[in-house]
Amino acid sequence: MKAPEFTYERPTEISEALAIIAQDAHEKAFLAGGQSLLPMMNFRLAAPKTLIDLGGLKDLKEIVAVEDGLRIGATVTYSELGASALVSEFSQVFDSVLPHIAHSAIRNRGTIGGSVALADPAAEMPAVLIALGASVELASQRGTRFVPADEFFHGLYLTERSDDELVLSVFIPNSSRSLSTGFYELARRHGDYAIAGVCISDDSRPSGSFNAPKVVLFGVSDRPLRAKSVEESLVGVARNDTRKIRSASEALSDLVFDSDLHNSQDTKQRLASVCVRRALEAM
Amino acid sequence: MGQTKKIKVMVNGERIERDVAVRTNLSDFLRNDLGLTGTHVGCEHGVCGACTVRVNGQTVRSCLMLAVQVDDLEVTTIEGLADTGPVSALRDAFLKRNALQCGYCTPGMLASAVEYIEKIGEPDRKKIREHLSGNYCRCTGYQSIVDAICDVIQVGTEK
Repeated sequence: MKAPEFTYERPTEISEALAIIAQDAHEKAFLAGGQSLLPMMNFRLAAPKTLIDLGGLKDLKEIVAVEDGLRIGATVTYSELGASALVSEFSQVFDSVLPHIAHSAIRNRGTIGGSVALADPAAEMPAVLIALGASVELASQRGTRFVPADEFFHGLYLTERSDDELVLSVFIPNSSRSLSTGFYELARRHGDYAIAGVCISDDSRPSGSFNAPKVVLFGVSDRPLRAKSVEESLVGVARNDTRKIRSASEALSDLVFDSDLHNSQDTKQRLASVCVRRALEAM
Repeated sequence: MGQTKKIKVMVNGERIERDVAVRTNLSDFLRNDLGLTGTHVGCEHGVCGACTVRVNGQTVRSCLMLAVQVDDLEVTTIEGLADTGPVSALRDAFLKRNALQCGYCTPGMLASAVEYIEKIGEPDRKKIREHLSGNYCRCTGYQSIVDAICDVIQVGTEK
C-alpha cells in the first residue's frame, strides 16, 4: 500500500516548525526518521493531512554535553548514538541496547526522539530512558518543558506530549554516569519486536550489592512497566547471590501483563522473569 | 497526484532534478521515475530488506523514505554499486556459492553485505547473520549467502 495524500513541509528553524504545528495540530504529524510513521501511513493506520519533516532542523541533530548532563537531539539516529563517544561515556547501556533495535538500515534512519514520541510498547528506548532517570524536552509556542521519562509514557502510543508539542531532545542527567546497568531482551528473530525485555540500573558499585535498583520492563504491557516488587526484593542483595537474584526476579505478581498474538499473559510474565534474572546476573 | 516538489539528487553519480509527488516513496521514485529497477520492492513496510539502497553512504530502506527526503543527498542503488569494489567480488561469490535462487532479495542482500564488509569486515558467521537479519531470503536458507560473504572477506584478508 501507498501512503494517503498529504501536504509536506520542511521547516529550517524550530520556531517555524512550532508555528506550523500550532494550527490544527491533531491533523499534522512530525516526520523524524519515519521508520514507524511511514509504514503506518502505508498501512493507512495513520493519515496526517500534513507531514512536517524535521530533517531540515540541524539543532535537533546535536549531542551536547551541558552542565548537568547530556542533551541528545530528537533526530539523532540510533547509528549516530552508537557512534558517539560522548554517549558511551555517559552510559554503557546504549552499546548493549542498540544492536537489538531493528536492523542496521533501520538504525541508520530511526531516531531517539521518534521512538519516544511514538511510545511503542515493545520499544527499548523508553525503558532505557526511565532506567537512566532521563527526561524529555518538549517545545510548543506555549513554551518549553521537561517531563521525566518515568511520567512520559501513558499507554499504547500515548504520551504526555500534546499534539502541538515537538520533542526537542532527550536529557540524560550526570547521575547516570555512576549507574551500572543491565539489559536483556527476548525476540523471535534478531531485530524483531521484543516479546519481553528489561533495562535495569543501579547505583551499587561501592557496596557490591544492589542498592536502589530500577527495573523497567518493556514489551509486556501497553507501556514500560517499573517492576517495583523486584526492585524492593533486590535491595541489599549481593550482586553474586544467584539464589536471591532468582527469587527476586520472580516477584512480578504486582504487575498486570498483556498477552499478544503469540504469547499468553502467563508466558509474558514467565519470560519477563527470565529477562530480569539474566540481566541481573550479567550486571 | 497532490502536492509535488522539485528535488535535486545525485543518483549513482548522476545529478538529477525532478518534480515528484510528495507521497512518492524513494523506492517508487527510483523504479518508476528513473527506471532503476534493480531496487526491488517486497513488503513496502520496512521488513523484507529487498529495497535496501544507500543514502549518503548509509544503507536505508527505500520504501521507508520519501523521495522528497533525499533532496540534496546522494543515493546509490545496486546499479551504481555493481561494478566497483566489493560488490563485484560479492557478485562472483554469490554465483559460485549459489547464494541466490530467484534473486529477488539479492540487490538488498548485496547492499547490506557491502555495508558489513566496510563497517565490520570479520568473517564471523554469527555477526554476518546478525547484520543480514533485516534482509529476508525465502529460497536459500541463508547458509550459502553467509558462505559467499565469508569467501569475499577471507580472500580480501589474504591479499
